Amino acid sequence: MKIHIRGGRLIEPKSGIDAQLDVFIAAGKVAAIGEAPADFHANRVIDANGLVVCPGLIDLSARLREPGLEYMATLESEMHAAVAGGVTSLVCPPDTDPPLDEPGLVEMLRHRAKNLHQARVFPLGALTQKLEGQRLTEMAELHDAGCIAFSQADAPLSDSNVLLRAMQYASTFGFTVWLRPQDSFLARDGVAHDGEVASRLGLAGIPACAESIAIARILLLVRETGARVHLCRLSTQDGVDMVREARRQGLPVTCDIGVHHAHLSEMDIGYFNSNCHVIPPFRGLRDRDALREGLKDGTIDAICSDHAPVDDDAKLLPFAESEAGVTGLELLLPLTLKWAKDVGVELSDAIAKLTTEPARILALNKGVLAQGLNADLCIFDPDEYWKVTPKALRSQGKNTPFQNMELAGRVRYTLVEGVVVYEAGEKAGA
Amino acid sequence: MQLPDAEKLAQTMAQQLGPYLNANSALVGMHTGGVWLAERIHALLGKDIPLGTLDVSFYRDDFNQSGLHAEVAPSDIPFDVTGRDIILVDDVLYTGRSVRAAMNELFDYGRPSSIMLAVLVDRGGRELPISSQVTGAVLALAPDQNIQLNRDPQGRLSLSLRQITA
Amino acid sequence: MAFLSRNPQLNQHGELQHLLTIEGLGAGMVRHILDTAQSFVSVSEREVKKIPLLRGKSIFNLFFEPSTRTRTTFEIAAKRLSADVINLNINASSQSKGETVLDTVDNLAAMQADMFIVRHAQSGAAHFIAGHVAPHIHVVNAGDGRHAHPTQGLLDMYTIRHYKQEFHNLRVAIVGDVLHSRVARSQIHALTTLGVPEVRVIAPKTLLPAQVERMGVQVYHDMAQGLKDVDVVIMLRLQNERMRGALLPSAQEYFKSYGLTQDKLALAKSDAIVMHPGPMNRGVEIDSDVADGNQSVILPQVTFGIAVRMAVMSILAGSKQ
Repeated sequence: MKIHIRGGRLIEPKSGIDAQLDVFIAAGKVAAIGEAPADFHANRVIDANGLVVCPGLIDLSARLREPGLEYMATLESEMHAAVAGGVTSLVCPPDTDPPLDEPGLVEMLRHRAKNLHQARVFPLGALTQKLEGQRLTEMAELHDAGCIAFSQADAPLSDSNVLLRAMQYASTFGFTVWLRPQDSFLARDGVAHDGEVASRLGLAGIPACAESIAIARILLLVRETGARVHLCRLSTQDGVDMVREARRQGLPVTCDIGVHHAHLSEMDIGYFNSNCHVIPPFRGLRDRDALREGLKDGTIDAICSDHAPVDDDAKLLPFAESEAGVTGLELLLPLTLKWAKDVGVELSDAIAKLTTEPARILALNKGVLAQGLNADLCIFDPDEYWKVTPKALRSQGKNTPFQNMELAGRVRYTLVEGVVVYEAGEKAGA
Repeated sequence: MQLPDAEKLAQTMAQQLGPYLNANSALVGMHTGGVWLAERIHALLGKDIPLGTLDVSFYRDDFNQSGLHAEVAPSDIPFDVTGRDIILVDDVLYTGRSVRAAMNELFDYGRPSSIMLAVLVDRGGRELPISSQVTGAVLALAPDQNIQLNRDPQGRLSLSLRQITA
Repeated sequence: MAFLSRNPQLNQHGELQHLLTIEGLGAGMVRHILDTAQSFVSVSEREVKKIPLLRGKSIFNLFFEPSTRTRTTFEIAAKRLSADVINLNINASSQSKGETVLDTVDNLAAMQADMFIVRHAQSGAAHFIAGHVAPHIHVVNAGDGRHAHPTQGLLDMYTIRHYKQEFHNLRVAIVGDVLHSRVARSQIHALTTLGVPEVRVIAPKTLLPAQVERMGVQVYHDMAQGLKDVDVVIMLRLQNERMRGALLPSAQEYFKSYGLTQDKLALAKSDAIVMHPGPMNRGVEIDSDVADGNQSVILPQVTFGIAVRMAVMSILAGSKQ
């Protein structure tokens, strides 16, 4: 299958290309950029006039709910959602049921995902057995089974000694440890940012220091162990400042935020909107602005969807009883574009937050469009508005605070290894 | 339309009420115009008759259609209703529904010996079998007309007529 | 971003459809409720303490969290309005069988309910239910988590107005566990809405919510300073379980620092009134001498509470669909 993508605006952050260039694909690889190779006869020509052609997006956190949580979503539905969002590679956290703490589970998941021929799935292995924060998992085995790094997901790891050992052990093999910084004692029972809104609504709060204290602990242990750590889902101004300082000191630390946190604050909870029940919580406006700024100045490396599909029943409950999380795979691109527009960031730099930067964190040769590399692409219309409705989303999770809003940026084609796996207009699940 | 002088009507009513009064009598005015009228008649009678006020908002039969009225004033019956000869005073008698509501409310205070009705204007249009015993004036008004009692800052009573615009 | 949503308590005519919180009601509406309540107070003094206003209406007391006191006052209020009252304590039975709040509400709505009086342990539960009932059903929040207890707030305002006539010249102190108190939140909203120029909260730092000053109150940690020259002292109930977390060391120490005694009350204005939403913990937040003293208006609060609840129910039931 040979594909000629004609007339698009090619944005390739790694090489700094932002120009109208054709892309030629053959045998799953990029055959050429710009001029057609000799004797190239396309089986298919994609007219990308007025569209942006970029590397397929890499989402650093998408919950696929398998195994064990299929009532919320299934691998099929979420893999369809991924490619509909232009995502060609995704990282899934280990907090499935059971957690990804055994090689067999990881192999099974990867096998199931592979057979769907959609996005590539990179599981995170559990850092501790059953995510209980006590005993280490067989990290080397899990790595061989396909785990790209190790994480505690949202489960608490309150024992500093276990964390120290886990980081030492992981760094022995050169594995990165992914940690979502939150002090479990300070966050206990909390469901919203401990600020003005939670106080007014009478919701139990999670103070900002629950994050900064956890970051301080992690950074000190990074200094102690030399382990490479990726901090997941920053939410506070203090958190961003601490990471900025750590980076200045040369600590091997990277971080990301969920794309919703670049837009929303505690105010958006309004009258107990359970779609704004997320972990970490939407913080104050100052925090949100600090995240937007941290992204811009590079302190925050990447943006992820933090996709967490939740079934309707689990959201149709009083705020604190509702399941936390937002659906995100299909909103990742438009919300990132919106951030870029809001703060005046070049399209190319915005796309880097979804491609080259996550690839760097994962140490994968992805998020790049270059001759000879896998043809994972996203082709989108940056100016086309679409309305976020349950029907418009292919994910089984319809839980989004952006319900009924119009967002710019619509994915038109997604290619994985040179195969068109998504084409706008086709029916969900087709 | 030439409207009668409310002050003169009140005087006539006070005279007509005279023969009905006894030691057991009490005046009860219905909010808002009926209270003004009852106060005026009370003053004209110059006797030591107990005076109460009723706001029948809680007893109206149109609650399901129009809800609670914006301003409800407390009813104030500063005497024991049981055994009294009550003179219920209102400014305008129309459908009779307010009077029905007022009688219902009175009975929740006690069992009066008798109730009679004194109104300034009977404008016809009754929907219930209710009539006044003392009547200031009888006026034939169209359904789209609204007659209303006013009290100026000096306390003078007057009637006014208004066209209801649909 | 701020997604603006319509105030869920008001219908499209601006009338009160549900009473969920005092926040956002507006001074006019609050005064209207208090004025209406005043008319109902006289009803309670008559031979027949009942009016036919809500005859034929079905009011469900939907208590997901047990509270005999509050339920009873709503029940009396509803019965004085001639409504049919059905009491349901849902904490044990259906919830444990996995039935959700919505299942319960849908079930009851099918029984031709006109009004739900809702008590729930979760903040926002009343909003949630109001957002999912048929348009002809009214919801009254009888206390949701730490969020709001609007009828309590309103009856407190009624009590203050009864004794102090006006609000614009008052200094009011709320003492105690503001953090966990839905009553305090409703009082604060009501007092600021009605234009009380100085609302103080007095509590140890462990019992105050984050950024409480953003609600328009002045924060004091010392009773002697906080009570000075106030017109109204509102004591909050201190739950025993607060001593189990790391919030307070002991009831004794709390009483010593924040319990209301005659000595401390003497710092307030000489005609200051003392209020408490009940039930009281004598010797924990309030001394018996004060609770039963001549500045205490705790019992009148209960009486006014019935009239205020009658007013709220009548105003809601009378709003257009």
